[in-house]
Amino acid sequence: MTKDVAEFSDPFAQARIGTEQKFVDDQGENITLVLGHRDVRKCAHDHRRFQSGAEPGRIVIPSEENIRDLRQIPFEVDPPMHKDYRNLLEDWFRRPQQKAYQNKINELLRSSLANALASEQVELVHDFSLPLQSRALTFLLNLPMSEAETWISWGTHVFRSDDNPLDDDKANHLVEYLQAQIEKYEASPGKDIYSVLLSLDFQGRKLTHEEIQGIMMLTFAGGRDTVVNALTNSLAYLAAHPEAITRLRSKPDMINSAVEELVRYFAPLTQMGRVATEDTEVCGHAVAQNARISLCWASANRDENVFEDPHEVKLDRKVNPHLSFGFGVHKCLGAHHARAILRGMLHVLPQMVEQIEIIDYEEKIEPWKGFERKVGYEKMTVRFHPKS
Amino acid sequence: MAKITFITSDQETITIEASGGSIMELAVNNNIKGINGDCGGVCSCATCHVHLQPDQYKKLDPASELEQDMLEFEEATTPYSRLGCQIPISDQLDGFVFQIPQT
Repeated sequence: MTKDVAEFSDPFAQARIGTEQKFVDDQGENITLVLGHRDVRKCAHDHRRFQSGAEPGRIVIPSEENIRDLRQIPFEVDPPMHKDYRNLLEDWFRRPQQKAYQNKINELLRSSLANALASEQVELVHDFSLPLQSRALTFLLNLPMSEAETWISWGTHVFRSDDNPLDDDKANHLVEYLQAQIEKYEASPGKDIYSVLLSLDFQGRKLTHEEIQGIMMLTFAGGRDTVVNALTNSLAYLAAHPEAITRLRSKPDMINSAVEELVRYFAPLTQMGRVATEDTEVCGHAVAQNARISLCWASANRDENVFEDPHEVKLDRKVNPHLSFGFGVHKCLGAHHARAILRGMLHVLPQMVEQIEIIDYEEKIEPWKGFERKVGYEKMTVRFHPKS
Repeated sequence: MAKITFITSDQETITIEASGGSIMELAVNNNIKGINGDCGGVCSCATCHVHLQPDQYKKLDPASELEQDMLEFEEATTPYSRLGCQIPISDQLDGFVFQIPQT
């Protein structure tokens, strides 16, 4: 198998150095692409001109406006209200930085890899990364591991079916599920996230069920296909570069920078939108009030003004200001959990695995016209070879 | 060995002796409130933002362009802001004081 399998090209390279206004077409609406590292940071920082708190679903690309009315919190709320919500959640979502939490993740990784090693072959996306993502999520939410089986049955994306990128049945089902969970834990509180959210004080009152649904929908939607892709893509990289497994085994100090570099290179979330609050301009191009811009994390991560050899994976890259977890006040709340999973994987896998052999794969391409981007794999079948 | 002092945003003062690693690592290992070091020290998250005293700021090697870039859109920056992950600890830092900004 050639190394090409783990290569992720940069479809924005030409557009980024050009001066023309570039767009992605989302369901008939042109979205202005913001591509350079500094421009992306500048627009992400400027929440007054480029807001997140528009109609629910509008800042997501592709837009989810037609499939949900529920506002995701704090993701679709602007400052100053945003900060009050964020402060409420910050400590809970930082628990993955605790050593005991990392140990639990590592234990889960060990048992997942032991199963994979015992199998003749494994399909990574649906039978390895998705179950792993769902089971790890039970730690973040402090729910019983058995709950993960329900989430695994939803597939790799909570709104997107294999045959329908925007499936309103699926979105409605998620809201019904969340409401049922809220009612269950309201009747019988525990130490899980629902019970904690139900008990918190927010601006002198309790959170409403709708607010809790909004927080939980973000938790389920934001950390699902992104984590599945990050995991599968990292395994594809290790399959194509077996020497990296040896290197990580002998130099565990490198794990942190390796995770950041893989996340930079893959950019599991290509872009996130913002909505212009006034007639304005971006990089010298007009953007009308209520039009959308795309903060293109994937492009910024390959900006040659910032990253030396941006299209190369350098696992020991020392300075790596990538934007894969976003930038500014809305930067990813689940990043600590995602990092714990990926750091755990690069720690545990080299202890157990010598080599990953790719048997078959199919790439997952985002179909943005003119900017088709590989974001991961639809499926990838591999054989894990144990460390001797 | 260098004696390094952190002053948290609620004005708690903590002095620690150290001989290696970075200011971010020292703060994280000692649970200094307000320094998170989320990205582990690759200059990507800016959760190790510190303010220096002007005279001490000038004694350090200047911040790289990338570090300055990451500070550009941070809240509560001063002309003496740095990212702790980009400041290696050496004897030269003996007596340095790092104030953690209010966020």
